[in-house]
Amino acid sequence: MRFVMVIDTRTCIGCGDCVVACKTENKVPEGLNRDWVVEATRGTYPDLKTEFRSERCNHCSNPTCVTLCPTGASHLWKDTNIVLVAPEKCTGCKACIAACPYDARLVMHPDGYIDKCTFCHHRVEKGLDPACVSSCPTRCMYFGSIDDPHSEVSQLLKTREHKVLNPETGNDPNVYYLI
Amino acid sequence: MSEELLVTARDNALIDPGLHIWTWEVAMYLFLGGLTAGIMIFAALMVVRHKDEIAPFATTRLAMLAPIVLSLGMTTLFLDLEHKLFVYRFYTSFQLTSPMSWGAWILIVVYPMSILQILSTLRSGYSFLAVFVDRLTIGRLILDWCERYRKEIALTIIPFAVMLGIYTGILLSAFSARPFWNSGVLGILFLVSGMSTAAALVVLLARQRSEKDLFTWIDLVLIVAEIGLVALALISLASGSAQHLEALESVMGGSYTLSFWVLFVGIGLLIPLLLEALEISGVNKSLAMLAPVLVLIGGYALRQVVLDAGQESTWTNYQTQYNSELLQRLQRSD
Repeated sequence: MRFVMVIDTRTCIGCGDCVVACKTENKVPEGLNRDWVVEATRGTYPDLKTEFRSERCNHCSNPTCVTLCPTGASHLWKDTNIVLVAPEKCTGCKACIAACPYDARLVMHPDGYIDKCTFCHHRVEKGLDPACVSSCPTRCMYFGSIDDPHSEVSQLLKTREHKVLNPETGNDPNVYYLI
Repeated sequence: MSEELLVTARDNALIDPGLHIWTWEVAMYLFLGGLTAGIMIFAALMVVRHKDEIAPFATTRLAMLAPIVLSLGMTTLFLDLEHKLFVYRFYTSFQLTSPMSWGAWILIVVYPMSILQILSTLRSGYSFLAVFVDRLTIGRLILDWCERYRKEIALTIIPFAVMLGIYTGILLSAFSARPFWNSGVLGILFLVSGMSTAAALVVLLARQRSEKDLFTWIDLVLIVAEIGLVALALISLASGSAQHLEALESVMGGSYTLSFWVLFVGIGLLIPLLLEALEISGVNKSLAMLAPVLVLIGGYALRQVVLDAGQESTWTNYQTQYNSELLQRLQRSD
């Protein structure tokens, strides 16, 4: 199963509720963040174009963080593309942090193992959306399986123009942005 | 203009504002690991080529340094781990695609091999230690066995020591996310640099003139090879994609220009090359001991610069308007 997140940059207002929702749901310690919002501005005044992007781990189909992990701590959840870290296998060597072109990983403190966005797999297991998606006040975020051609995410990607971040990395990221 | 600004708080330690996960501990390990590889390769080569007369130190005594240097290196590597109690996890699995996993297992193989290497020349190199071992029957038998097969032991060691030397470079080059490291030359460059530092160490520690001369020659050849490999590494970046060109900038005008060109290329390669050439040609021998010291400094500088420049090279470059100091002010002092 390939899970993707689709985020509509045309309706995102950059409020940061997704960031707060993640911190609350996953009890992410103070000073650490599993997701963040980027405001990208392009052009020359007065022809400026601004886009808001809620970003996180891309749960890549070619996850270099998993291939380079020396202990198998970085792994795929069940038969999906959701990348997780098993704290009891993690030595904190930080190879996965260096391996991530999106800088989406963090060192959990005070423990020291590596932590990251989990696509809220504990919610996905129950058929719920990740916390960030369900809390979005403008409903600009969507989550689902791209293997199902009738899913909302599949339909959106079929009908709307979209992009992923730095596809040149070859990591085949799974967070899509509608543009 | 094109500006990408972080508008929510993101101040993940070691990652923001720029990646700085690995510092001197890892650079030191890469340096000491390479040095160990060089030590074992030369100690083995001298045994294979029967250089007992010309190079007695390298043939019979040098090997003792391998486990000591490697242990120091592994200590600094351990210091770098963030989840230290789980260090044993390196040895509960083998990950085919992870150079770090390969490295962990190479180290496990190299350690006992280096002990065999020491034992095979213990009687001639460290007779005062051999006396104690010989007192026990089993000790005497082991020393006899190791001595009888010292050439075979040396030949077996060479490929594993070469793997140890190369892996420290492959480790970094496997990170496609860090364009500065992403060059296949790095493995060979680190191996040659490791051998060069080991040759320099022999020049420093050996007493016999013939041995110093031999290893000065060897080091000279290795430095020339290293210069060639550095050039190839730079060419490979210069002929790369936008990310590689940007990564190259860090040593071509960017923040690591001075340390790369002055400390590594100048002090670590060119000056010792000149000094060694002068010494071999007999023009000037007064600074003979300076060259190996500079080679050792250069060997460390290479690892540190490559490690730092690599971490700076990235695919994402966000500016942040978040000031983490504001968070401190929010905390109540109750």
